[in-house]
Amino acid sequence: MKISEIQTILNAELICGADLLESEVFTACGSDMMSDVLAFVKEQAVLLSGLVNPQVIRTAEMMDMKCIVFVRGKKPSMDMIDLATERDIVLLRSDLEMFTACGLLYKHGLKGGSGI
Amino acid sequence: MEAIKLHYDVSGNDFTCAGEASGKIKRELKGLGFPNDIVRNVAIAVYEGEINMVIHAGGGVIDVEITPECISLDLIDEGPGIPDVSLAMKEGFSTAPENVRQLGFGAGMGLPNIKKYTDEMIIDTEVGVGTTIHLKVYIK
Ligand SMILES: Nc1ncnc2c1ncn2[C@@H]1O[C@H](COP(=O)(O)OP(=O)(O)O)[C@@H](O)[C@H]1O
Ligand SMILES: [Mg+2]
Repeated sequence: MKISEIQTILNAELICGADLLESEVFTACGSDMMSDVLAFVKEQAVLLSGLVNPQVIRTAEMMDMKCIVFVRGKKPSMDMIDLATERDIVLLRSDLEMFTACGLLYKHGLKGGSGI
Repeated sequence: MEAIKLHYDVSGNDFTCAGEASGKIKRELKGLGFPNDIVRNVAIAVYEGEINMVIHAGGGVIDVEITPECISLDLIDEGPGIPDVSLAMKEGFSTAPENVRQLGFGAGMGLPNIKKYTDEMIIDTEVGVGTTIHLKVYIK
């Protein structure tokens, strides 16, 4: 799935990374606990989170993730946007809640990272 | 090739900066051409260690030594020390306060994650003196 399709499916606002919207991603994970995200490396490319602080960007950076979706309409700060831009990470923002956002992406073919 | 040595200071009073050193180390290793999975494993381990330094120990320093065979990292702090290391290593054990949990950490997964992503992990710690975590990742 292209990141641009994620944007469409989640009716999300693009915050930064317009030049990377055509990148392909295959897996995602959703969590507000960054240590849980860091515990399972399976080439997840997309992180959905309701948490908004710079550590969400750092976590994605360490994991080589390409895209972060902030759910429940959460707005990242300017610092976070700058950091994500520097690290080539696309930021999206959706009003959907976590469960619904994950469900929609799963239904459209994006898989969880554990290979299940 | 001679070993490359790098040194980073980790500030203890700014959670928003936590991870800066780890990001630099990651980019350094990438630049040196190490395989992606090795770079990522080191990055995750050192990031969890850096977060711990900030939330539990008031900051510290990270020393890195890189050779073609092995990446060694020493994470050194002068924090409160860890009274019971085997307990601290248990998944889910955490003394992190609620405000840290609200920031997405404090799940008690940091030390287990560090162990998982490295080939060697030795914790030297003394209550009231500090903690040094020695890590090694071998390049196969
Ligand atoms: N550098 C450190 N200095 C003092 N205590 C530490 C340090 N690192 C870890 N600890 C202790 O070990 C516990 C477990 O660490 P960790 O697995 O990273 O979980 P968390 O950081 O989520 O609490 C911490 O809650 C803390 O009590
Ligand atoms: Mg920790």
